Amino acid sequence: MRLIRRVIQNLKSRFRNGSQHGLGLLVFENTSEVIRAEQILKKEGCDVSVKGPPPELRKGCDLVIEFQLVEELRVRRALQKQGASALDVVPLNSELLQPVDIFQTRDFGDYLMVRAANMKITVDKRSTVIVNISGGGCPDVPYLAQEMVGKKLQDAPTPGDIGHTLCGYALQLAYEEIQQQC
Amino acid sequence: MLIIVGTVPDLNLGLLIGRSELKGRRLIVDKTDIPVQRGTPALIASACRVCEVSGAEPPLALLVGDIGLGHGSRELYAYLTEHIREYTFSTIVFHYLQPDVDWHCKVLFSLQELQQQPTLIADAGFMYAAKMSGYAGEYDLFTPDIGEMAFLADEKAPHPFYTRGFILHEQNKVEDLISRAYHHNNAARNLLIKGATDLVVSGGDIIERVNEPMVEALEAMGGTGDTVTGMAAALIYSGLDITKACTLAARTNRLAGKLASPTPASQVTDIIEQIPAALSF
Repeated sequence: MRLIRRVIQNLKSRFRNGSQHGLGLLVFENTSEVIRAEQILKKEGCDVSVKGPPPELRKGCDLVIEFQLVEELRVRRALQKQGASALDVVPLNSELLQPVDIFQTRDFGDYLMVRAANMKITVDKRSTVIVNISGGGCPDVPYLAQEMVGKKLQDAPTPGDIGHTLCGYALQLAYEEIQQQC
Repeated sequence: MLIIVGTVPDLNLGLLIGRSELKGRRLIVDKTDIPVQRGTPALIASACRVCEVSGAEPPLALLVGDIGLGHGSRELYAYLTEHIREYTFSTIVFHYLQPDVDWHCKVLFSLQELQQQPTLIADAGFMYAAKMSGYAGEYDLFTPDIGEMAFLADEKAPHPFYTRGFILHEQNKVEDLISRAYHHNNAARNLLIKGATDLVVSGGDIIERVNEPMVEALEAMGGTGDTVTGMAAALIYSGLDITKACTLAARTNRLAGKLASPTPASQVTDIIEQIPAALSF
């Protein structure tokens, strides 16, 4: 935690002349907090998107939330209202990594599989039961499979609610895509 | 000895160390019953099946509960850093662990202090950390699927989630991905790339292509990549050359899949049961 704070201080001093694009980053302690914050902010109608952190903040399984700096107060208040808070806010003036946005769909006849990044979800088209979850490398993947496989799409807990990592986030994207297709 | 390091999706499971024992479809480690569905338990179970056939002793499992919050992984990383030198082993596999570059490096440096260097195999989250650390070349074998191969090829991506679209695109030839991964030192000395055609790669060159028998349902099944890695590790530990072990593991996985006659709804335990029969072909 102390290291993260030090890095944030360095970033702040680097960017103290202000951001080029009027964008800021919300930095959280872990990915599941990012996922929750994104849900809160989107519900509030804030213009936010999830991105990869700059190299100085990167540990291996990270996300940050990009937002309009001008909305900082509104964003902080929306989070606070739901009992969430960012570790810090950092102005942004460099390009961030974009999450993957390519979906691959495979039709097995009675079953449909959607892949997002390294995660795959397969659903029985007749019953909408999730029959398999595969791919990924973070430890919440086996957990998500354990909690979701065997349940109908509409009844299963969502990766956005119970996932914690980037693999969980990728599965959420695949889950949303397959919901649209089924 | 073969050591397998990974996680189990159980928040209440602390550090668990012991010889693996497969009883029917149940994996037992240090008197603890672990469900074999996918992930590291599936990898261990398939390694156990190979060891049964080869007569080798079953793997030592170093497991911890982790559902993605990373606490368990960090406990295991810390244990490895402090205690790995107390074990005598020839092969070690790192699997579903929270990717954490700092901890990865501590573990790798502890391994490099060993007098006898083991064969180092990485898959899943630990492979992501190994690539991001810049030390991929220290490993003997990575076992990515085709999506993870694109991640290894993208020198800027810290996780498969950030693989850039122009690299991830389906039309990219896997040969180009391999070449790019080696060019940026983001590949292990050998690769077993799991896909419609499994590729065995050594030093950047494709040594074998395995595409028979074709069992399309395997792509959708969770854990089929874990079983290939488990078999490859057990075959290497049993004395096979890395590329031969990878080729045999890829073929055996397909044969076991065919024997199980799976649908996209089948579970990986059906495949693991067929491994001894598939190995005898």
